[in-house]
Amino acid sequence: MAITAEKKGQKGRVPMPEQEPKVRARNFLEVPTGYTVKMAQEEAARCLQCKKPGCVAGCPVGVDIPGFIELIAQGDMTGAIRNLWSKNALPAVCGRVCPQEVQCEGKCIVGKKGEPVAIGNLERFCADYERENGSGELPPKASPTGKKVAVVGSGPSGLTVAGDLIVKGHDVTIYEAFHKPGGVLVYGIPEFRLPKAIVAQEVNFLARLGVSIQCNAVVGRTVSLDELFEEGYDAIYVGVGAGLPRFMNIPGENLVGILSANEYLTRANLMKAYKYPEVDTPIPIGKNVVVLGAGNVAMDSARTAMRLGAESVKIVYRRSREEMPARKAEIHHAEEEGIELFLLTNPTRYLGNDRGRLTGMECLRMELGEPDDSGRRRPVAVKGSEFELACDLCIVAVGSGANPLLTSETPDMQLNRWGNVVANPRTGKTTKKGVWAGGDIVTGAATVILAMGAGRDAADSMHDYLTLGW
Amino acid sequence: MFTIVKREEMAEGTIILNEIEAPLIAKKAKPGQFVILKANEEGERIPLTMADTNPEMGTITIVYMVVGKSTAIFRDLQVGDSYQDVIGPLGKPTHLEKVGKVVCVGGGTGVAVLHPITRGLKQVGNEVICIIGARNKGLLILEEQMHTASHDLRVCTDDGSYGHHGFVTEVLKEVLQSGDIRLVVAIGPVPMMKAVSNLTKEYNVATMVSLNPIMVDGTGMCGGCRVTVGGETKFACVDGPEFDGHQVDYDELILRLRAYQEDERKSHEHYCNIRDAVKS
Repeated sequence: MAITAEKKGQKGRVPMPEQEPKVRARNFLEVPTGYTVKMAQEEAARCLQCKKPGCVAGCPVGVDIPGFIELIAQGDMTGAIRNLWSKNALPAVCGRVCPQEVQCEGKCIVGKKGEPVAIGNLERFCADYERENGSGELPPKASPTGKKVAVVGSGPSGLTVAGDLIVKGHDVTIYEAFHKPGGVLVYGIPEFRLPKAIVAQEVNFLARLGVSIQCNAVVGRTVSLDELFEEGYDAIYVGVGAGLPRFMNIPGENLVGILSANEYLTRANLMKAYKYPEVDTPIPIGKNVVVLGAGNVAMDSARTAMRLGAESVKIVYRRSREEMPARKAEIHHAEEEGIELFLLTNPTRYLGNDRGRLTGMECLRMELGEPDDSGRRRPVAVKGSEFELACDLCIVAVGSGANPLLTSETPDMQLNRWGNVVANPRTGKTTKKGVWAGGDIVTGAATVILAMGAGRDAADSMHDYLTLGW
Repeated sequence: MFTIVKREEMAEGTIILNEIEAPLIAKKAKPGQFVILKANEEGERIPLTMADTNPEMGTITIVYMVVGKSTAIFRDLQVGDSYQDVIGPLGKPTHLEKVGKVVCVGGGTGVAVLHPITRGLKQVGNEVICIIGARNKGLLILEEQMHTASHDLRVCTDDGSYGHHGFVTEVLKEVLQSGDIRLVVAIGPVPMMKAVSNLTKEYNVATMVSLNPIMVDGTGMCGGCRVTVGGETKFACVDGPEFDGHQVDYDELILRLRAYQEDERKSHEHYCNIRDAVKS
């Protein structure tokens, strides 16, 4: 075994082919182009098939990682995707956007001495292979229970709940506020990282299973949770995401040319404004762009600005590289594409001209002090270090809070002091009878896979409630 | 589908009225709330405050001025055609309360938005004076309806072709001088709402305005519609669209409304050229 491990570990990871940085920095096509069958099998052969796999423990939805990888190695692609589907309804999405380095791949034994098995890449391969070559056969469905479920929000957690409950025989309807389903997968994550055709296919898969999808339905406005119960729903899942943009609250923030990342990305992704004027929604084109924040949303914004023709794009972040919350791959891709990192830098005010348009910002240099509540070292301003940064477009990507639209209309559902829904961490049950919640509206802004994990747990609990009565 | 059941051209064809099938929205909507409309797959999401609703028929009414490509596309939709998407009702409804003597001031398409609010204020027992204005007689809309909705209608035109020769603010000043006005509601172009608010401030009369800034989702998600009200940033889509007129930073709002002016001009011209070429 030790010898095998040594031998397997010596072999480096099979890299996934990518578009050249210079080329891709100006187009919206997906950056990594995917494994071939041969590459996937070669990479799959690097897996040690551990008896007690750390990777599975590191996965929020407990995918049988050695299992599906073994099936790829054997060439049984149908078996592999079925294995994945049994735990994860959206493998094409997760393979692309999960922070594998801190989850499955972070726990991989092969990674102790060399590069971990490329679990994310293999997951993506499996889903893509099925989409392109699979039979399209649907998984079996339990006989109808006669119970009706409403899912509010069609993001990753809502889609997971819908997928789980429809195969268990319940009647499921998804309510989506936007005109297109997919939630953050459609409005937030850019085309070059997650092609919208893939999201559409995942949603279509649910529709083929019998899930009804009602777009343009703003629950809390068009219809309330109580009205849904009156319409005959037996249970409701609330997965409306973290849709309230945070701003810096510094002077000049309402100048033209300062957008929340939510607005910038929604224009680019949902409204396809990168094709303007072919489509009707415009998007501001920056020459010198500053993005505030250093999470995945910040990277997505910066890389979008570059693709829209910016001369320079700077990420301004008050902490250091180590604290940047984005996936390593996103930071790497962003830097390759020419995006500059202005670390330990904090803006103090925006500067504008007489037409109310942004011309720059004043920043301060920071240094790291003692750890704060989050355990990260607190950035402290360096006295007298003010300097100006010229920019004509600033995208504020410093996080999202809980959108109060639905919750403020649902007084009997308890919220915490940040406005997030209080839900049982194991089951997703809220304080309102018959209502479950999960994803960002419960946890605050997090990841796709954590939202899916919450959806899975809630679906199990909802199924118990619908069939057993608790 | 959101089918158009009635279509009217007003103000020499520059303003269009559409009555649209949208039963869920019609059932829920209250005066002062808005909808977002999208004509087709490539379309932009356009927020418009509703001019009327008919819960029995399941329809809503919108009135818009043709100002850019998106509204030009709307204009081309005929009875029997559909909007691909209509979302709503959004925003907070108008707070309708009996306060006594009220003045409703409307300009441009703002008159259409003002109509259900005026009617509502009369219904709850207020004495309602209404002042509406337009550049000239031909551009004036909904005169008859506003006459019915209020107790006393005054009309102004900038060129004197009809009614009072001059701005709505001039007539408003006279009315304010007569005293005991408890509330002014002003809906129209931003400069009009600004002028009205400046005037009512002098007379210390509470003033409510309805804003229509640039927005994308209309549910508080994008923050594109932020306005400064009383020194604080508010989102017009969820905190509004109505605000205390004395607290709004109109100059900032005017600048923000110009954010895409250049893009919109080009895109509208391009659309009209193509459309004319196809027609000829």
